[in-house]
Amino acid sequence: MAPLDLILTAAVTAAACAVPGVFLVLRRQAMASDAIGHVILPGIVLGVFVTGTLHSPIVIIAATLMGILAIITVEAMERSGLVRGDAALGMVYPALFSIGVIMVSMRAGSIHLDVDAVLMGELAMAPLRRFEIAGHDLGPWSLVVMSAVLAINLLFMLVFYKELKITTFDPAHAASVGFPPSRVHYALMSLVALTVVAAYDAAGAILVVAFIVAPAVIAYLLTDHLGRLITLAVLVAVIGAWAGVEVAVEADANVAGSIAAVFGGMFATAFLLAPRHGVAAKSVQRMRFAREFECGLLVVHLAHHEATAAAAEENRADTLEKHLSWPAARVTRVLDRAIRRGLVQQVGPLVVLTDTGRAQAREWVKPLG
Amino acid sequence: MFFNSTLETVALGTGALGALAGALGTFAVLRRQSLFADAVSHAALPGIVLAFILIGVKDTLSLSLGAALTGWLGALAVLAIVRASRISFDSALALVLSVFFGAGLLLLTAIQKHPDSRQAGLERYLWGQAATLRMEDVRAILYLGGLAALILFIFWKEFQLLAFDPGYAAGIGLPVTLLDSGLMLLLVIAVVLGLQAVGVVLMSALVVAPAVAARPWCDRLGTTVLLAGVIGGVSGVVGTMVGHALRAPTGPTIVLAVSACVVVSLSLSRMRKVLRGPA
Repeated sequence: MAPLDLILTAAVTAAACAVPGVFLVLRRQAMASDAIGHVILPGIVLGVFVTGTLHSPIVIIAATLMGILAIITVEAMERSGLVRGDAALGMVYPALFSIGVIMVSMRAGSIHLDVDAVLMGELAMAPLRRFEIAGHDLGPWSLVVMSAVLAINLLFMLVFYKELKITTFDPAHAASVGFPPSRVHYALMSLVALTVVAAYDAAGAILVVAFIVAPAVIAYLLTDHLGRLITLAVLVAVIGAWAGVEVAVEADANVAGSIAAVFGGMFATAFLLAPRHGVAAKSVQRMRFAREFECGLLVVHLAHHEATAAAAEENRADTLEKHLSWPAARVTRVLDRAIRRGLVQQVGPLVVLTDTGRAQAREWVKPLG
Repeated sequence: MFFNSTLETVALGTGALGALAGALGTFAVLRRQSLFADAVSHAALPGIVLAFILIGVKDTLSLSLGAALTGWLGALAVLAIVRASRISFDSALALVLSVFFGAGLLLLTAIQKHPDSRQAGLERYLWGQAATLRMEDVRAILYLGGLAALILFIFWKEFQLLAFDPGYAAGIGLPVTLLDSGLMLLLVIAVVLGLQAVGVVLMSALVVAPAVAARPWCDRLGTTVLLAGVIGGVSGVVGTMVGHALRAPTGPTIVLAVSACVVVSLSLSRMRKVLRGPA
């Protein structure tokens, strides 16, 4: 059993990230979290140079502004028509991140900012840094900060639920009824930037992407309802964080990395086994439909030739193979099924429709006019 | 004053890496798969650590093979997720990239405590430590790079068609899926090679930026690929020198060198447009 402080910090961090993550995933902007995760590094470093400490609200504000600035830069590059959006994203963030890394490495002696911690996060250290106001210990720094961010994210979502929903699912309609999608977009991006900055020393630049995207993606495989999607994402985040912390303590490994790996396992499970959107459920659906369709094809064929001169040739059990161009095994299989369902009867060499079968044949051709 | 034999080796290595990544990255940029490079490079991390755990040595070739394997798996995972579920391309990319990287870190930090496995050699794949490149690494780079160039040369016509008109390529009966995986393999090779110069995190810049810088000045695929290769190679050498002089990590300085090329190229092309007036 891992220390409670650590589990709580990890769970609250993951939950705070999962909330804006749902909207990023639905809006197909998941990679923006990756870009923001990288570009805020120079902001953090600048903030640290000014304040002398990593744990200050000024650092969080400076880094958040840097994140928003980078998003605006990428969008401006895209609008200029010289570079496509994905290429702009793939270039701008490494460049800004590089500036941050060089700043860190050249001033490494004077500040406590470890380049590796930027990549990996230091969740295991989180309970050691306390949040103190006037000498009162309020708990681990990360836990307090992430609880505040979680509260802000939930509040934002509750207040602007309608706006978020309409701009996410139907931006054109949203604009026409007076909700400018771009305003919601920048509000959401600011929130993502704030969340990423706050989660930085816990999760690190890259794994924060897993915290933001994975719970939402997993929940998206499990439900179609926005409210349930958010609840499920938070639940997945908390469970994954807890399990990840246990794995990390057991293996004596990086905590954020373990949580990301656990999210990966949860995703693989949902991807394969989710009730309606999983690979297994979909292939069962496909098989069932194929079976229905085979029966349908048989009854329509029989109905088409029934009571015509060709019926004696077309509707014989031993010529179906030729007329439907099916392999013999399939003919036997489909005939058996159709007889079991009471759709057809075998009368001598002929296959004859029952009333149910005739009705079903009509149903099949109805959509064709 | 910079030139000594070690630095010459390093500059040769990073120059070759930059040239290869830039040339091969042209296809990714043209096919709007720029962010694929990002996913592949992050997904390479668990492969590097696994190769080290399984084989126990740190030679460039086996680690690169491990990196290529999981990088390739990561790319396939993205494609499979997009094809078989309702998850969008960018979500799949973000998910695969972060989960693979997380798994890699989990493994890396778990073996760190292992007595005789100082992973000093592995760290160069995180940030790129070009300074540790040795002659045998450079040789491995040249072998793999030569292989990639050979594949590119043989299937040039097919790849070109695929990049510009995949629908037509399928229409005239080319094995599009196979060629697709061929191009993906080239991208994986470029990424895996570049990892040693700039590291997992910054790799996408080295693949994407040279092509973006070359694009406004070329009308033909061949010249774009060549120019991107030259830009990547020069950036590799210049970045290494600057990093060496400033005593900063070379990965970030290489990335900044290539980013500077993009800024200059795009500004010049903008100016050219303004001078010529509307077309």
